[in-house]
Amino acid sequence: MRDQAPVMEVHHLSKHFGGVRALKDVQLELRAGEIHALLGENGAGKSTLIKIMTGFYQPDEGQLVFEGQTVHFGNTRDAQLAGIVAIYQEPSLFPDLDIAENIFVGRQPVQRGRVAWRQMYRAAAELLQQLGVALDPRTKARELSVAQQQMVEIARAISIKAKVLIMDEPTSSLTQNEVAELFAIVRQLRTTGTAIVFISHRLEELFALVDRVTVLRDGAYVATQEMEHVTTSDLIQMMVGRTLNELFPKQAVVPGPVVLQVEQLGVPGSFADISFTLRQGEIVGMAGLIGAGRTAVARTLFGIDPAVSGTIKLDGHAVSITSPQVAMALGIGYVPEDRKQQGLVLAMSIANNISLPVLSQLSSGGWLNTRREQQLAATGAQQLEVKMAGVRQQVGQLSGGNQQKVVLAKWLGTNPRVLVLDEPTRGIDVGTKAAVHRLMSSLAAQGMAILMISSELPEVLGMSDRVLVMREGRITAEFTRVEATQAKIMAAATAA
Amino acid sequence: MGKMDMAPRLRAGLLQAVIKFREAGILVFIVALAAVVTLRTPAFLTLDNFRDILLNISILVIVALAQSMVIITRGVDLSVGSIIGLTAMMVSFVVVAFPALPGPVAMVLGMLLGMVLGSFNGVLISFGGVPPIIATLGTLSIYRGLVFWYSRGTWVNASQLPPGFRQLAKGSVLLLPNIILGAIIVVAAVYYFLRYTRTGRDIYTVGSNPDAARFAGIRVQRVIFLVYMLSGLLCGLAGVLWASRFEAAQTNTAAGFELQTVAASVVGGVNIFGGSGSVLGVVLGAFLLGTIQNALTLVGISPFWQLAAQGLLILLAVIVDSAILRRLQRFASGAQRV
Repeated sequence: MRDQAPVMEVHHLSKHFGGVRALKDVQLELRAGEIHALLGENGAGKSTLIKIMTGFYQPDEGQLVFEGQTVHFGNTRDAQLAGIVAIYQEPSLFPDLDIAENIFVGRQPVQRGRVAWRQMYRAAAELLQQLGVALDPRTKARELSVAQQQMVEIARAISIKAKVLIMDEPTSSLTQNEVAELFAIVRQLRTTGTAIVFISHRLEELFALVDRVTVLRDGAYVATQEMEHVTTSDLIQMMVGRTLNELFPKQAVVPGPVVLQVEQLGVPGSFADISFTLRQGEIVGMAGLIGAGRTAVARTLFGIDPAVSGTIKLDGHAVSITSPQVAMALGIGYVPEDRKQQGLVLAMSIANNISLPVLSQLSSGGWLNTRREQQLAATGAQQLEVKMAGVRQQVGQLSGGNQQKVVLAKWLGTNPRVLVLDEPTRGIDVGTKAAVHRLMSSLAAQGMAILMISSELPEVLGMSDRVLVMREGRITAEFTRVEATQAKIMAAATAA
Repeated sequence: MGKMDMAPRLRAGLLQAVIKFREAGILVFIVALAAVVTLRTPAFLTLDNFRDILLNISILVIVALAQSMVIITRGVDLSVGSIIGLTAMMVSFVVVAFPALPGPVAMVLGMLLGMVLGSFNGVLISFGGVPPIIATLGTLSIYRGLVFWYSRGTWVNASQLPPGFRQLAKGSVLLLPNIILGAIIVVAAVYYFLRYTRTGRDIYTVGSNPDAARFAGIRVQRVIFLVYMLSGLLCGLAGVLWASRFEAAQTNTAAGFELQTVAASVVGGVNIFGGSGSVLGVVLGAFLLGTIQNALTLVGISPFWQLAAQGLLILLAVIVDSAILRRLQRFASGAQRV
């Protein structure tokens, strides 16, 4: 099945946006019934390539060959009719419509000139059943979890009878169990002869799934390889053009005195009986499934949802953190999980974002000293190697990895003593990931205490001095760096 | 699944049905309002008064439905009042000049004229990229200006209008006044369009997630253009009915009407941020507005206070509606957990 003729080929594709070259002479070959990984750092041209393949952009040069014919897709509808479907990173469902209509959007079954709702619900129910998803097709999309939304998008692709299915970072916000379920479905799709393009920044998970891999760097084609012939470090080298010796450059640190001590902290309905300590210079990883209450704990430490029971001690003194303002004044910083919603004001400049938490320090007599603001922002952005046109650039124009760097720069400007990072590297590329990890490590070495919530076990294992595991609102285990293993953490995170 | 599951699931299902009936809250408010007013003024709860309310809201229902379709796509059409005024004036001039013109022809003429005016909005917004609130604020003034220019500031009054034209709104079929019948036909047509045509569904799709709609291969610009064109068309119909019902076309006909149509839409549960809204809800919203106006007059509130009281009751209705909805949701999620 794997050695069939290619279902889709891309030849000598080039694309410019204004003066910026996004793709140059890129090639790709997809065979029926293969899972093909497309790798590259953010900005390597993956998104542009898949948008050309799905008819969203038109290439400047080069051609698309689909089932042996040269094709031109004027828009996404053309590509969809041919059988090329993409599931994008940002959920592209319609929150106000129900599952059935989301599956058949724009293609609702019509009988005698009218939309045949009953037929649509029946077909949707069959698709969901085929995917093993227990959902009512009349459920509105806004009520679904991210994983469930993805299942709906996959159901949609199946209903289109997609010959090429492109999945852009489908696993970035799924739990381990959900990833396993997704992989099972993707493998099932492979047996039906669908060619699947799989984009992911979690390299380790690709080996279990992918047949071949194509790597792009700076808008150019690097190589296509059989997955069984490459290693993680081969892939990283191809992606960044240099070897990243250490993805997790954890410096050994002798922890200092206890900075933060949490005792029997509780908020009814989200977590209870949470006790742990955080020492100076220490990185403590917090593992667990999504929904285990980790983010809720972080929000309480930062005063967004103040504690109902228990105590929080800073340097041995009990403190009452009733609001983010109090938390910031005490030297606690929080980098939230959802950077677009909670971490950044996308429409504002880099400088404005970085200065937000320290505006009062930058102002005198009610007037903001914009020169000092720009200086602070420039220093912060430089320290974190933000790729930007200048500190006046809008944050919304940056790539995901660079946005995350701006969020970090924002909090570093406050000189926090305790920094809570919630999924600090979700959805950002390998190169930036390593930069964020390097930064965390050096901050800790300078004496900052870091609590890192992460759903990526390699990150937890690679970066933490100690690991806390949460399940259903409680801490179920604590391991030292030496004790911690993937198996032990998973056992503690899932019902024993 | 065992038998034990059945009972709680049935209960949750029933509650779900009640919640899905998004219009329950506003219906409750209408009934409560009617009860209070009837206690004070028994004349309220009569067939005649009910017919009066329907007569008064027929035009509002038509235009509020047009407005709702626009709002569902995340837009707003502020020019509806001016389009009504301009078509009322122009069609009136035409029927004065050609008294023999059959009523239905005048209606079609009004709709065509409205369609042209609405299409201009549509071109500005969907192809010109002008934000809806700005584009239609501009045409609100332009179209109203055209009314003055066209009429040279004069009115068309009852004595000038031919009887056939006046009969358009005043006449009735089997005891049902034409204007109510017209509103019913529009309600049915819009309901069918939004529920059973792909283009109608596309309106919700575009409003719910415009970016994703583009990815799904929906011609977003075309859909946006269409809703403004349809809005113009329905306003054109409303303009003819307005001139016929009030037997006059004035320079200030339907001035400020856009606010009532937005109010009826929002009170009726149309999401001001787009994506959702139902025909039934909008009809109830318009009905509530009409009932409030009628009740305030019957109870004898001074006209000076009516506007303020009207606004107050609208706010109250929206608050009661969302409170009931929230209560129901909490109840339902509790039931599901059982």
